[in-house]
Amino acid sequence: MRRRKFEEQFFKLLMVLSTIVVAGSLFLIVGTIVVKGLPYMSLDMLTKTPEGGFYSGKEGGVLNAIIGSLYIAGGATILGLIISIPVAIYINLYLKGKSFIPNTVRMCFDVLFGIPSIVYGAFGFILMIYLGMRASLLGGIIAVTLLVIPILIRTLDEIISTVPRELHDAALSLGATRWEASKVVLRHIIPGIITAILLSFGRAIGDVAAVMFTAGFSDNIPASLGEPAASLPLAIFFQLSSPSAEVQGRAYASAFILTVIVLVITVLANILSKRFSKHKI
Amino acid sequence: MTNAPHISVQNLNVQIGNNLILKDVNINIPDKKVTSIIGPSGCGKTTLLKTFNRLLDNTADVKISGKVLVDGENIYDPGAEVTHIRKKMGLLSQRPFPLPMSIYDNIAYGPRIHGTTKRKDLDQLVEHYLRATGLWDEVKDRLHSSATRLSIGQQQRLCLARGLAVEPEIILGDESTSALDPVSTQKIEELFLELKEKYTIVLVTHILRQARRVSDYIIFVYMGRIIEFGPTEEVLLNPQEELTREYVKGFIS
Repeated sequence: MRRRKFEEQFFKLLMVLSTIVVAGSLFLIVGTIVVKGLPYMSLDMLTKTPEGGFYSGKEGGVLNAIIGSLYIAGGATILGLIISIPVAIYINLYLKGKSFIPNTVRMCFDVLFGIPSIVYGAFGFILMIYLGMRASLLGGIIAVTLLVIPILIRTLDEIISTVPRELHDAALSLGATRWEASKVVLRHIIPGIITAILLSFGRAIGDVAAVMFTAGFSDNIPASLGEPAASLPLAIFFQLSSPSAEVQGRAYASAFILTVIVLVITVLANILSKRFSKHKI
Repeated sequence: MTNAPHISVQNLNVQIGNNLILKDVNINIPDKKVTSIIGPSGCGKTTLLKTFNRLLDNTADVKISGKVLVDGENIYDPGAEVTHIRKKMGLLSQRPFPLPMSIYDNIAYGPRIHGTTKRKDLDQLVEHYLRATGLWDEVKDRLHSSATRLSIGQQQRLCLARGLAVEPEIILGDESTSALDPVSTQKIEELFLELKEKYTIVLVTHILRQARRVSDYIIFVYMGRIIEFGPTEEVLLNPQEELTREYVKGFIS
């Protein structure tokens, strides 16, 4: 009896401690960024491009990186969705009577999921050289799209597989074609799609390695897809490696901006997802 | 009335993976009657029902041989139009699965995909089928609210109305009342009795009393074979086969 009681107490303590560690680290990370970054935050950071070079410049802001990051992450997520939704529907709803092809496709994407982003960056770089492209916004978007496709497909795959089979069957038994029935399923999983977008966007906006070679870096806001684009993580990297303490401080301010962007997107996604789940069974 | 029965099954075999689920099934389902398929769990009742509208096609590793004739046309013919076959049959599943849209759109979904687009026509159809299933008075003030807000019993009647709105000839019920409370069950059963005037109805049920209440004919399936088929009273009260007798008396379940 005493052993059972001890076990119960021990594991409960473990759970509480682990939760505290996780929540505490999050608090520490956010706290560090706020404390170190806030003194360097200014309206200029948000509204101006850097003056005096991104490496040593103490004036201006990181607007180039904010816009660049939003372009890259947004572009990659949209492009990724256009490719991922059809794949997820195809392997789940069209190949329903088969198990070999869908499972092989899933395994491929699991492998792709595990590939580090620098490999996508290197691959994108080779692709660009082959196509005769220079480091550009388009190159960055393509490399990051490759990075987020496995995330999107695996997330959508999970979500579609939780849709009750009978819902799809119900549409089919009314004489719907497979595409019409798929649209019903898509409608049912809109909240899930929003979650997938959020995951993809978060991963895309935070990635350095895939954009380093492909999107390059620039002090200017890209005016076309062919121009190089800055990104926030890369800006943070450059600013942190500067010898000047002031520029380093600006790195924390940039990190603060990046965190706020992700936070805003998360909250927005939550609100949207609630709005769309009114038909949930 | 045509002379060919609505549904005629000939030498049907169904194999899923390495299991033979249905073995050499031959049956003619009587027109405009309620026919219940009874039998112990896992005997192949639902599989048999799902072969009628080809929903079984979507099961992994399934092999189907033999013929299912609907209005004299073999639905497993490679050239058969699946959507057309399914349109002829309304399916009522175990639990209601309303489409993720409003009550109105649930009913209008079928007619819309089959080409009815005029608002006025759709309004009429929606009202007609909601009345036919006794839902109209309960939902007429909230036609455009989500179908998932209805009670389970109402949802099941909505699903029936949705199926009727595509003007099928046949209604398939797969243990359609098993998730419902007694009052809702009774309502659905009454609807079946009303609907058999116009439709051929095939139900899968594991409740013998229900089979007795609603059906004109009973098919007893055991281990993938049809053991006995006949009028309800005969099969339940005076079974010809030993297996049927044992099942009806409750020895096999």
